[in-house]
Amino acid sequence: MTNALVENYFRVDKLPHIWCPGCGHGILMRSIAKAIENLGLDKDKVCIVSGIGCSSRAPGYMDFNTLHTTHGRALAFATGVKMARPELEVIVITGDGDASAIGGNHLIHAARRNINITTIVFNNNIYGMTGGQYSPATPTGDLGTTAPYGNIDRPFDIPKLAAAAGATYVGRATAYHANLLTKLVENGIQNKGFSLIEGLSVCPTYYGRKNKKGTVVDIMKWQKETAVDTKVAAKLSPEQLEGKFLIGELKNEAEPEYTEEYQKIIDRFVKER
Amino acid sequence: MANQNEKKLIVKKSWCKGCGICVEFCPKNVLALNHEKVEIIDIEKCIKCGLCELRCPDFAIYLGGMEDEEK
Repeated sequence: MTNALVENYFRVDKLPHIWCPGCGHGILMRSIAKAIENLGLDKDKVCIVSGIGCSSRAPGYMDFNTLHTTHGRALAFATGVKMARPELEVIVITGDGDASAIGGNHLIHAARRNINITTIVFNNNIYGMTGGQYSPATPTGDLGTTAPYGNIDRPFDIPKLAAAAGATYVGRATAYHANLLTKLVENGIQNKGFSLIEGLSVCPTYYGRKNKKGTVVDIMKWQKETAVDTKVAAKLSPEQLEGKFLIGELKNEAEPEYTEEYQKIIDRFVKER
Repeated sequence: MANQNEKKLIVKKSWCKGCGICVEFCPKNVLALNHEKVEIIDIEKCIKCGLCELRCPDFAIYLGGMEDEEK
């Protein structure tokens, strides 16, 4: 027996999940299920798509229409699903590497098209599943198994990348700020267009241990202390925001949606026939 | 849906991986780790805020109805 949320929205026979003790992905996954519950969506009208990686295990545990696809291609498959069945609520769960490295082009073009898909990026700052290689979200100077002397790359700000590429709803929350993530996912699902929400996860093993970040509790306290909500940040000076990162709603704009524009073309030819 | 007063804090030990998140973020120190599993040490102090359930990555602790307890 377990609680109603888990009972209703998860494949209980597949639980407990394979993620490490303290992995933030479980918290983020629960927040997404909570958002779907709050919106009262029909489970049969939701399709969750993922690529490869720790994050992409999530749809295996979630009791909806689910697709576990190839590395980086979650958005390509999701675009196909959405074009064929626009009435479905298509949600993509992807990781930092899956979304911004292997699937970087799919990400920017899905954002450019403004297709009505909600993407949640579980950002754990590392390639966890394959053994801790640095990803495009690993902060400069941090260690990875492929950056034993420190990472010299500059990291992507994934929400900024998506916003610049044309996503119409963009936000960020963390594993600590789980209720905020639920709210952002609700807004993202309701947004008619491409929504990207970054969920900052906690990787206490391959990222945390390698970089001596302490226990999972230490990392979550860091998230609590370092995150600044956009509404609060508006009243702070650049000096006060030094070393902080923003959470909350980062972009919310209305633009023509891709599947609707496509339907208009079809309708035009149906009329002419 | 059971109302808040009728809810009861339930631990599903077999799913607990002992990360300690619920113990740390419990505002009333209701929980502790014992042999890498969460344990309720002082249920009298529990205010049923649900923060443990919110941040448990393994869905191993939650506020359930009275009917859950019997199963």
